[in-house]
Amino acid sequence: MSLASILKSKLVPAELSEQINRIRKPIGSLGYDPWGYNNEAIKYGLSLTRHVYEKYFRVEASGVENIPAEGPVLIIANHSGQLPIDGLLIGYALASRKEKPRIPRAMIERFFPTVPYLGNLLNEVGAVLGDPTNCAKMLANNEAVIVFPEGVRGSGKLYQDRYQLKRFGNGFMHLAMKYKATIVPVGVVGCEETIPAIANIKPLAKALGVPYAPVALPVILPAKVHLNFGPPMFFDDREIPEEQVTDRVEQVKGEISKLIDKGLSERKRLF
Amino acid sequence: MSKQQRPRILVTGVAGALAQQVIDRLRDHCDLVAVDFREQVYLGDDIPSYCIDFNKRVFEDLFRRYKFDGVIHLGRIMSSQLTRMRRYNANVLGTQKLLDLSHKYGIRRVVVLSTFHVYGAVAYNPALIDEEAPLKGVGLSADLVDSVELENLANIYLWRYPELNITILRPCNIVGPGVRNSISTLLASERAPVLAGFSPMMQFIHIDDMADAIVLAYNKTQRGVFNVAPEDWVAYQHALKLCGCQRLPIPSVPPILPKLILRTLNLRSFPSYLMHFFKYPVVIDGRAFAREFGFTPRRPLKEIFRFYRENKKPV
Repeated sequence: MSLASILKSKLVPAELSEQINRIRKPIGSLGYDPWGYNNEAIKYGLSLTRHVYEKYFRVEASGVENIPAEGPVLIIANHSGQLPIDGLLIGYALASRKEKPRIPRAMIERFFPTVPYLGNLLNEVGAVLGDPTNCAKMLANNEAVIVFPEGVRGSGKLYQDRYQLKRFGNGFMHLAMKYKATIVPVGVVGCEETIPAIANIKPLAKALGVPYAPVALPVILPAKVHLNFGPPMFFDDREIPEEQVTDRVEQVKGEISKLIDKGLSERKRLF
Repeated sequence: MSKQQRPRILVTGVAGALAQQVIDRLRDHCDLVAVDFREQVYLGDDIPSYCIDFNKRVFEDLFRRYKFDGVIHLGRIMSSQLTRMRRYNANVLGTQKLLDLSHKYGIRRVVVLSTFHVYGAVAYNPALIDEEAPLKGVGLSADLVDSVELENLANIYLWRYPELNITILRPCNIVGPGVRNSISTLLASERAPVLAGFSPMMQFIHIDDMADAIVLAYNKTQRGVFNVAPEDWVAYQHALKLCGCQRLPIPSVPPILPKLILRTLNLRSFPSYLMHFFKYPVVIDGRAFAREFGFTPRRPLKEIFRFYRENKKPV
């Protein structure tokens, strides 16, 4: 037995490995898909995330069954906490659900592919450059895609602005309408407290070529995370003016806002 | 079928392994004439073979003498060969001459081989790039200008002279026995450079499959631009591993560092201006070609890599 397979047997529980093999993905003969998702890498990714999900953030997810078992889905959530931990946790919640699990894809910030090691690692576990073409082609492949329409406006916000939704882009709604994708809104509570930032040093961010440079503790705090998945929403593909598309986006935003309030009221304490 | 009814085709770039594969597939039912600007290649008594620069006047004599029905233009100098200037003359001006003559002598079918390099390896590339995507190759390096210009030129002729029936093929990495391009050289070597922390998704097509694709394209008169790639993908470093190559990491940040290192090393198989192709993925969508021409690649990636693994040390 090679070292790699020994490590694998220690790290990846057989049942998880089997569960992942059961989830059919459109992958090639070597386990890759066009965006770099890798069937083997995701096994390690999920085994590690399990500890983070269950032990560190003690995530409480409700309504994950609202995500349809098949067909194109857009999972729309509020973004927070400097690092894309929220995407990771939503992804794990769906991949680990008992009934008909799915491995969702997450749209990530444009600067990630330029970061050595991290960019490839994110790709291997299913994260994809947040480009509308990518999202469209994945929906056409019947994937479930996690989108944070706030983008860096959401993840980079300061602690004083926590749980205030920033402007939502309209792109996701256009794609949902075109590809007849189901929208499942998600309210994430707790990620704001994982890396509370008090300021953003813009010149430093510019110099480093990153979206923001937060002033925060160099640790990720073990805040308790609540994920609330709302009921699925459907939108027809009529040709409508942009104003009405914005109204539809506001509808989704309103749902997420309600789900956040629900999470905040359920929360007993921060940690 | 009588001798006169056999289609007569001009094939360029015949010193290359791909053109020879194409010739093998066509020689039984077509009359072929072979040209290459590099060397004269003997292809049997039935195929006249010439070493001609397209920009020389004698090139026109071939058109006068043979009355071609079609042209398969595979004679593109790869970006790792010759100087930028000579490449421009051969690839762009030479192709222009070829297309002008094709128009003048009433040729009815032209297949031009391009490359996926024209899309350019940019960090913001989506995967499964369509044929309509902008050609960003030029933005990366002046060494890719001729590849993009060749395409633009062929595109202009495609619309200006529809009767030429031009089809432009943009294949992914062509690999396999006899292929001498940079990626094939890398896969065949004992050690291959990688940019530390970057392992972009890549696509590979076996030379036999590519030759099949060219013949299929030639035989169906369907104008247009088509990507040619199998629906299979692999990360660069994983491909090297499967080929039995040892990986030599080159520091990748800040971006100026690998550029300096590669310029100093001056490797033919890993030139600094192709550096981005080993950093960011250029994954093309070959489904339109597969659908239109009924093309199914038959050699899987594992077979391709096995060939490279088993031929590390030629006996």
